[in-house]
Amino acid sequence: MNSIYIENLCKNYGSVKAINNLNLNVHDGEIFGFLGPNGAGKTTTIRVLTTLTRPTSGRISVGGYNVQNESDKVKKVIGVVQQHSSLDRDLTVRENMEFHARIHHLSSSIRNKRITELLEYVELTEYTNKMVDTLSGGMKKKVSIVCSLLHEPKLLFLDEPTVGLDAQARRRLWDLVRRLNKDGTTIFLTTHYIEEAEVLCDRVGIMHHGQLIAVDKPATLREKVGSIVVETLVDNKETHYQFFANREAANNYVKSLPSEVKTVIIRESNLEDVFIEQTGEKVGE
Amino acid sequence: MMNLFSDIYSVFWIDLRNMRRHWKATVATSLVLPLLYLVAFGYGLGRGIDVAGVSYLSFVIPGIVALTAFSTSFNGAASKLQVDRIFYKSFDELLMSPVSPHSIIIGKALIGVVRGSISAVAIYLVGLILAPTLLFSPVFFLILLLSCFVFASFGVFISLIIHSHQEMSNFSTLVILPMTFLCGTFFSLSQLPAVARAVLYFLPLTHSANILRATVLGSPFPWLSFAGLLIFGGVFFVGGMIALKKLSV
Repeated sequence: MNSIYIENLCKNYGSVKAINNLNLNVHDGEIFGFLGPNGAGKTTTIRVLTTLTRPTSGRISVGGYNVQNESDKVKKVIGVVQQHSSLDRDLTVRENMEFHARIHHLSSSIRNKRITELLEYVELTEYTNKMVDTLSGGMKKKVSIVCSLLHEPKLLFLDEPTVGLDAQARRRLWDLVRRLNKDGTTIFLTTHYIEEAEVLCDRVGIMHHGQLIAVDKPATLREKVGSIVVETLVDNKETHYQFFANREAANNYVKSLPSEVKTVIIRESNLEDVFIEQTGEKVGE
Repeated sequence: MMNLFSDIYSVFWIDLRNMRRHWKATVATSLVLPLLYLVAFGYGLGRGIDVAGVSYLSFVIPGIVALTAFSTSFNGAASKLQVDRIFYKSFDELLMSPVSPHSIIIGKALIGVVRGSISAVAIYLVGLILAPTLLFSPVFFLILLLSCFVFASFGVFISLIIHSHQEMSNFSTLVILPMTFLCGTFFSLSQLPAVARAVLYFLPLTHSANILRATVLGSPFPWLSFAGLLIFGGVFFVGGMIALKKLSV
């Protein structure tokens, strides 16, 4: 069963094609990662899937409902955590959560129960009545996530969830995402961090200039380009990448290199290599 | 219907919470300009002058109440909404929720109504002390509430169609500020040429000032201005709905 079904999605802003003929399915219960550099079309895709942006063309269903004709039903089954904190900084954690609960039609008793449960879930109970502005970046992100979970969505969208967080806060957030997924929530996240996509996602889609250039399990994507990569630097100018199915083939290649090639790195490939292989660019470029 | 009221209150609730934290500064700052107008124009320039058979002070007080209602309701609804929509993007949370578009428009206008009403009533009470000939009229309060709602809806509408804070600033300077001075707040429109008068009747503040003045000076109720105010309210509400539909699916 698919949580998200996208067929021939296009989104144009004037002559700019932000999304160009995207076809994608996200399965129930998986953590799906959308990887790509800034401007690749990741956030635009999330905005279309979460009813914030009208697509130019295409058929899109989220949680079994058509995004264009049944947006009211879509809104009831999704939770969204935006890239930038959308919390009200002048209010407390509890007040922010109460607002989200109210606009999702939770009754007073259910509201209070869910707020208490969710703050315990993310270990922020002691911060219930603290002003949001006094929290760290990681805590704010956790509050944003629990706000989006109050109405128990089947599908959670996380747009660049760990941008601006330190390494420790990032790992704690990954644990939370895994826990949410284990408890039954399908996760669709965007990221431009290679490591995040590799360690967190069951499947990854790679976006480039509004097009989906690859989609599969991280390990399968790496195997397709070659599990082992040899980096060479000629005359300290440009790095060349060569991919091999195994380490033996890579070693043989290194032995055959001319003597002027000085710097050689042999390592396992990652999703950035997949991106480079497909596009000729690095993710950050 | 219950969902409609509950949704409107939910949208209003967060703005009310915010206002509760800053209400003293909010009210105090919204009173400074109208009180200065009252002193400068009512007591200073206007002392000893009569307009349309009443003292200038009695004439100008309902005008200043109207402009206070106008600017405070407009800014009260518009200022936070435009920041939430353009800068913090927190307005997207409402767009992604099951709250209906008309509940969002009304809910977002209500904070402007509250702020505008508080400031305008305060100026009116000061005016009653300064000019005892002014009438204390319950109709005045009803018209004031209606005016605040129309002006706050105007603020919501504009906040939903602008693209930047600079645009809002330009709009305030080019439209809001001239309106506060020209719409029959400080002088009688009968002093103006017919063409200028006709143009000013296409602005909502003209009608609000006209009705408020009539209610406190005991003049006949200007039903045409009342109809004009209702039409403006309808236009701003529908405009807001169309703008909101364009912002999301």
